[in-house]
Amino acid sequence: MTTRAVETWTLEPLVKFVKEAGARLVLVMTSAGQVLAQHGFSRAVDVMSAAALGAAIMASTDEMARQLQQPPFAALNHQGERHGIFLAGLATGRGRLVALVVYDLDVSSLGLVQLFFEQLAADLQAASPKESVPKQVLAADFERQLSDSLNTLFGR
Amino acid sequence: MTAPAAAFDKALALITRVRGVRGAMLVAAEDGIVVAEQLMEGIKGPAVSALAASLTARLRRAMEAAGVGASLFWHLQAEQGALLVVPTPAGTLVVAVAEPDVNVGLVRLELLRAAEVVG
Repeated sequence: MTTRAVETWTLEPLVKFVKEAGARLVLVMTSAGQVLAQHGFSRAVDVMSAAALGAAIMASTDEMARQLQQPPFAALNHQGERHGIFLAGLATGRGRLVALVVYDLDVSSLGLVQLFFEQLAADLQAASPKESVPKQVLAADFERQLSDSLNTLFGR
Repeated sequence: MTAPAAAFDKALALITRVRGVRGAMLVAAEDGIVVAEQLMEGIKGPAVSALAASLTARLRRAMEAAGVGASLFWHLQAEQGALLVVPTPAGTLVVAVAEPDVNVGLVRLELLRAAEVVG
């Protein structure tokens, strides 16, 4: 399984996290669903779908928290028969990012993912470029940038 | 009828009263999440529970592969302490963190008693 990053500072923390937590699939993305790094995905369409759905879930829970007059929820876990999905936000110098983690229940566990996610968040915070302003994605450039990102994420 | 939380506290108290025990926890074996804990300061409960559950799952597979049945008790001795675990049939782990010179037999006995209480 390969780990690839559009923004190289995310690569080392992500590789370490995948190894320690035993994660099957991971996306590190912005709150808008722009993917910065991925592990385990083999098709671009899956990355795009997972990123869009993950960002939408985070947006929904953020709004629920806002309506409850609470700070945003830290993390969300959804467990199935064989796999678990862990979705959480983290603060970095690049702004707030979202991590989507899919893990096999016979290889990892929620406890392990939570434990090493804390380390991932700290590592990404430490590795992120300081005082950088996230690039604005213009509508005209969107398709080209998306295409470039997907090419990088799949080594094309 | 005793409330589960009170019963869990009582089960953990059985373990922590043994001299040399630095903490005890009930852990959901499948998730590695802490269910209840009585730990001395400095012990990272969530880390111990997640890693103990992961280790238990791997040990279970090793036991199955070896054809020796389910794990009933395991004890890891380290330079500065020990980790002792009893899995319950219902999927909870009773975990003790202890000093290196703890009376292992006594801790094991209390872990098994606590496992009966927890079910």
